Amino acid sequence: MGSGPVIILFILMALVSITAAVMMLRSHNAVHSALWLVLNFTAIAVLYVLLNAPFIAMVQITVYAGAIMVLFLFVIMLLGAEQLQAMTGVEGNERYHRAVAIVLVVLLVGGFGYLVTLGGIGSGGETAVIDASPVALGLRLFEGYVLPFEVTGVLLLAAIIGVAVFTRRKKKEA
Amino acid sequence: MTPGQIALRALIVGFIVSFAIITGFAYTTLLERKVLARLQHRIGPNRAGYIPLPRRGGGPERKLLAGFLQPAADAVKLFFKEDMTPGKVDRITYTLAPMITVIPAIVLLAVIPWAGEINIFGAEFTPYFAIAPGLNVAVLFLLAITSISVYGVVLAGWASNSKYAILGGIRASAQMISYELALGLTVLIPIMLADSMNLGDIVAAQASGWFVFRQPIAAIVFFIGMMAELQRAPFDLLEAEQELSAGFNVEYSGMRFGMFFMAEYMKMIIFSAIIAVLFFGGYRGPFVDQWPGLGFLYMILKIVFFLFMMIWIRASFPRFRYDQLMGLGWKRLLPISVFNFIFTAVMIVLYEEGIFDSLLKLIGLG
Repeated sequence: MGSGPVIILFILMALVSITAAVMMLRSHNAVHSALWLVLNFTAIAVLYVLLNAPFIAMVQITVYAGAIMVLFLFVIMLLGAEQLQAMTGVEGNERYHRAVAIVLVVLLVGGFGYLVTLGGIGSGGETAVIDASPVALGLRLFEGYVLPFEVTGVLLLAAIIGVAVFTRRKKKEA
Repeated sequence: MTPGQIALRALIVGFIVSFAIITGFAYTTLLERKVLARLQHRIGPNRAGYIPLPRRGGGPERKLLAGFLQPAADAVKLFFKEDMTPGKVDRITYTLAPMITVIPAIVLLAVIPWAGEINIFGAEFTPYFAIAPGLNVAVLFLLAITSISVYGVVLAGWASNSKYAILGGIRASAQMISYELALGLTVLIPIMLADSMNLGDIVAAQASGWFVFRQPIAAIVFFIGMMAELQRAPFDLLEAEQELSAGFNVEYSGMRFGMFFMAEYMKMIIFSAIIAVLFFGGYRGPFVDQWPGLGFLYMILKIVFFLFMMIWIRASFPRFRYDQLMGLGWKRLLPISVFNFIFTAVMIVLYEEGIFDSLLKLIGLG
């Protein structure tokens, strides 16, 4: 890791993002949950900046904290769904849910622990400064990751076409 | 420079710029009221503060700069008004909303270059006068902070627990999402022309000619999108007085209402600065290379020009209907900016590959 201020900022942002994530799950109001999630995304963007990746940080804020969460809020407000009680009527399955949650937690903590201790992630010293100029980014994207890029494009196109099909008004049968 | 020096410099520049922008905000409100009044054949505010001139003969009383203390009077009034919180609001969000509106407006200031190389105190790493000079993702920073600033309006509408306010908030979010697309695509064009996302480089690349002459369509689309993003008339549907009484801020009073007001005018100034930087040469103008201090003057002149344009448009055009607003955003501006973007990209590649030169040689002109 870097120097003192960087570590302090990292710990601060880590605490903020974890608190925000927990509060998002715990709050009963859907709008409050959405706001906690925005805080979480923003804190993670600061972590990207600390990792010398300003481009990803800005994209994180624009796309996730900006566009996507505004759409979430828009839908919540439009439906008036702030106070919906989550998962009522599925209490019979509570034991099953708990089991799944515990398995997921074990997988997450175990996987992360393995990566940090044996996998060697996090021990590599300074991260390289990433060149965020548009030319460098474009070359990196199109030389190394053409196929994922194209697949993402097709996926998004499919989503757009799907929306267009769903929202099209059916012609009235005369 | 050590990190400490960089931080100190950022603090000093930030202090200067923030104070300038707050004064600027106060006088933008006066400018708007005066210009609107003149355009509507009125006089406008002329009571608070003036410099009396001696009467000429037995003529009427003569005043200079009538009304120049009006912003101070407004501020005092707003501070002394009762700051009410209605009973059934969502208290935390209601308190947060004005702050979330103002803070992004101020944060946007960080990357705008106000002048060329000015040595405040022996700084060799100051390519231009900005709080965070040389940020290599500055344009994306602007887009990111702009997209965050939607929250203030939306949350104010929702937290107020009032039908008018929530309608205003929903209109605001739909409008800003729609116009952010065209705005984002148009911002790409100066990036492509300058080959950089650094605002200082974009200004430097306009030394040979402002981008507005090479890309007039992009500049116009950006100006329209900017006004929609600022919710200026004719895009001010979210505070349509006739339909929504005042829209998202109807339940706010006192200085908290003042903060929404402040954010609107500060963003007007900042977006004028951004369009000046992206398309109108930023701080560049005649003789700016000899005297870098002139950069401030050119920047302020350009900002005042765009402020005047926005006020003029407000006085001239009626408000859009909601469907017209969405139609303009999605069916006109978005396709125009997409095609403009593709066209520019193809042209740049053709130019750099030397296709034009060989074509000219082919017809025997080269």
